[in-house]
Amino acid sequence: MKFEAWEGFQSGKWCEENEIDTRDFILKNYTPYEGDANFLAPPTDATRKLWQEVLSLLKQEREKGGVLDADTEIISQINSHPAGYIDKELEKIVGLQTDKPLKRALMPFGGLRMAEQSLNMYGYELSPKVKEIFTKYRKSHNDGVFDAYTPEIRLARSSHILTGLPDTYGRGRIIGDYRRIALYGVDYLMAQKELDKLHMNGRMDPELVRNREEISEQIKALAELKKMAMTYGVDISMPAKTAQEAVQFLYFGYLGAVKDQNGAAMSIGRNSTFLDIYFERDLKRGIITEQEAQEIIDHFVMKLRMVRFMRIKEYNDLFSGDPTWVTESIGGMGIDGRPLITKTAFRILHTLDNLGPAPEPNLTVLWSKRLPIGFKRFCADLSIRTSALQYESDDLMRPEMGDDYAIACCVSCMRVGKDMQFFGARANLAKCLLYAINGGKDELMKDKKTGKPLQVSPAYESVQGNGPLDYDDVIAKYKTMMKWLAKLYDDTLNLIHYMHDKYSYEALEMALHDTKVRRFFATGIAGFSCVVDSLSAIKYAKVYPVRDEDGLVVDFKIEGDFPKYGNNDDRADEIAVWLVKTFMRYISSHYTYRNSIPTTSILTITSNVVYGKKTGNTPDGRRAGEPLAPGANPMHGRDKNGALASLESVAKLPYEFAKDGISNTFSITPESLGKKD
Amino acid sequence: MTGRVHSFESFGTVDGPGIRFVVFLQGCPLRCLYCHNPDTWGGGGSEYSTDEIVKRAVRYKNYFGDNGGVTVSGGEPLLQRAFVCELFEKLKAEGVHTCLDTSGCTFTPERAEEFLPLLNATDLFLLDIKHIDPTEHQKLTGQGNENTLAFARFLSENGKKMWIRHVLVPDLTDKDEWLYALRTFTDGLKTVEKTEVLPYHTMGEVKYQNLGLDYPLQGVPVPTKERIENAKRILCRK
Repeated sequence: MKFEAWEGFQSGKWCEENEIDTRDFILKNYTPYEGDANFLAPPTDATRKLWQEVLSLLKQEREKGGVLDADTEIISQINSHPAGYIDKELEKIVGLQTDKPLKRALMPFGGLRMAEQSLNMYGYELSPKVKEIFTKYRKSHNDGVFDAYTPEIRLARSSHILTGLPDTYGRGRIIGDYRRIALYGVDYLMAQKELDKLHMNGRMDPELVRNREEISEQIKALAELKKMAMTYGVDISMPAKTAQEAVQFLYFGYLGAVKDQNGAAMSIGRNSTFLDIYFERDLKRGIITEQEAQEIIDHFVMKLRMVRFMRIKEYNDLFSGDPTWVTESIGGMGIDGRPLITKTAFRILHTLDNLGPAPEPNLTVLWSKRLPIGFKRFCADLSIRTSALQYESDDLMRPEMGDDYAIACCVSCMRVGKDMQFFGARANLAKCLLYAINGGKDELMKDKKTGKPLQVSPAYESVQGNGPLDYDDVIAKYKTMMKWLAKLYDDTLNLIHYMHDKYSYEALEMALHDTKVRRFFATGIAGFSCVVDSLSAIKYAKVYPVRDEDGLVVDFKIEGDFPKYGNNDDRADEIAVWLVKTFMRYISSHYTYRNSIPTTSILTITSNVVYGKKTGNTPDGRRAGEPLAPGANPMHGRDKNGALASLESVAKLPYEFAKDGISNTFSITPESLGKKD
Repeated sequence: MTGRVHSFESFGTVDGPGIRFVVFLQGCPLRCLYCHNPDTWGGGGSEYSTDEIVKRAVRYKNYFGDNGGVTVSGGEPLLQRAFVCELFEKLKAEGVHTCLDTSGCTFTPERAEEFLPLLNATDLFLLDIKHIDPTEHQKLTGQGNENTLAFARFLSENGKKMWIRHVLVPDLTDKDEWLYALRTFTDGLKTVEKTEVLPYHTMGEVKYQNLGLDYPLQGVPVPTKERIENAKRILCRK
């Protein structure tokens, strides 16, 4: 064995010269656990005490209106702050984003305006020095984007047909393989990157120049991370020797990432099976007890619950909370047929009992029919008691992504350390339908100069006359409008991600990826079911346009009934399938930045409410301003045949056309799941 | 053959074993004071053929597992007995477990023979005995309970499995003497697999408002936990 720290591990490709292969390490070394939850330990006294201190801080944070403290001086970087603690003596896992718990870091690289606004909203003043630096000497991602935006993009952005774009904030959604730090130590990882850099040759075109610059940034970021760990007295240059070290090293990697980036979702990956190997080894060696193992996990999760970003209040309204999407993916099946469930999967979920339920970290179970029954029971029990678990279909994703992918944000999957993505927010397809009907004039916004409806897209032909809308006519116009929107959306994202790479590159997270990384171009759809029902209404009922004095269609009169999405009725569901496929085809027909693979998602979780506010009356009878349905959910109250019919409609959507994920928000009371006796 | 359907529930978990596709039929001769579905009493609903319903139901076969299936409820499904019979026969041919939720109120011993085909096609009966006392039954539902009790005996004699269901309403149905009498009756049946106590709830009230009807149980409270436990002790203990 190359390192002493690897003593007791099964060797394999993962430990061959110049290899980095976390997955191989896991499969060679992990111990599947098929038992029940009885082995789990309650919180230790130290955990209880520490958590009480955190709870008291959280209370103060709430009482202060959501922000306990914020940095106005120090520009956050991997090693920008001195070590911070909650209660040094008690903490088994250490490391805070700033020098004090829950103190929010100053992160202006995504955009200075956003950083400044968010400080002001909570009564803080940005340091004049930082302001000077970011206006005089240094550009932010946000500056770059707006320098390059076209008038058309700006218009589409302000009309909210393109919405939530990551142009004023960090794009996030990138998951470093933080496990690599524990397994290999930072020195080895740096050496491999140096080697990759050495081999980066060829025609010195802008792409090669960029790649060479980026990999240098990656190496520097790893060096910074080492220094950061040293401020806590921890040397991460060599592999972790114990479970405590493995968790600590891994967490340091993640901590470096959240000090460097305030991405919209900063997920942590898929770590339980990996960490379990270290716990098993320590338990076998008799150097820890179950109590101590649980304590380490409890303290780790406690830290993840304390990740904070400084954000404007509207952002929190958009997402109904103060979310960070520290998603940890748990479970799933290996492609060798063994469940990837270990005792540490139980331990992480058990934090919901030991520390009480919480929305973060976003514990996400990769569900398979074939998971062991003991684990399934444990999850079901926890779900009933805490409502704090998210489930995703491993059976659906595994054939596409293998058995070492993780979820970024809420449904978007990537192979850990091998894939990254360019997050693309959403195109509002409901609004696009209204544009198709009105020839690209916005149904809500007026031209400031003329007071007439604002022309956003090129002036395509609008729907003529006052007779009932003709399905074929509307579809033809909708296709034209979707083509326009898809091209504009692609252009916009290409531009945004070019600038993000340039001004706010995620050097540390990318240092924890293979150098040859696969990139996804992750677009998204909002207003999905609203469009489906609207088209169904036009097809199966009679929908008359109602025009205002400018001739703009501002409302609809519906005669007769029509099939609605969410009832397992093929007439509506076929339109749904058509819509995903068509939009995805248009998205895929253009150039995408850095040869990224286009995908789409249907996954607005709460932002559907805000998007609805910006969308006029729709042909399905939805009133202007009313919420769109979340993700791929049916419109509220229109699914009349119970849960399975509703879910079956969603399940018809072809995953291969929406690989970035399809979400369905589903609430049910335990009583409606059946009787106990 | 076609029948009149009030609605479908694709994820029924409280009307029979497992996960069930539930078909609620339109029309009921009873007017139970506590009825929470007054919208199923009269005419209306939509016409569906047995084939259409079979087609809908078998889509959920994956969810039925080992013990789920299809439940026909109402309304009173026996009002459309021939329709239900044909539907169940077709479902049996598809290998689907069938369950009928009924009060048995249209049954009379003289016409017992007519019910035999339905018995053959039904795997399980959920038999609602609304009151064991004939006079109280009359007050509660507008009809005596002799048909219901006769149907129970008929099912027992023919070896058909049944679950007895009893809605518990304070004062109206939950007096101990009635509960004991009901228990004595069900003990006399040979094929009762279990007895379910269904606590009265007020979720139907809004439907009365929507239909412009007075709510007959205005002000009647839901049963207390103690009374529910008491009823379970009397009716369900082995």
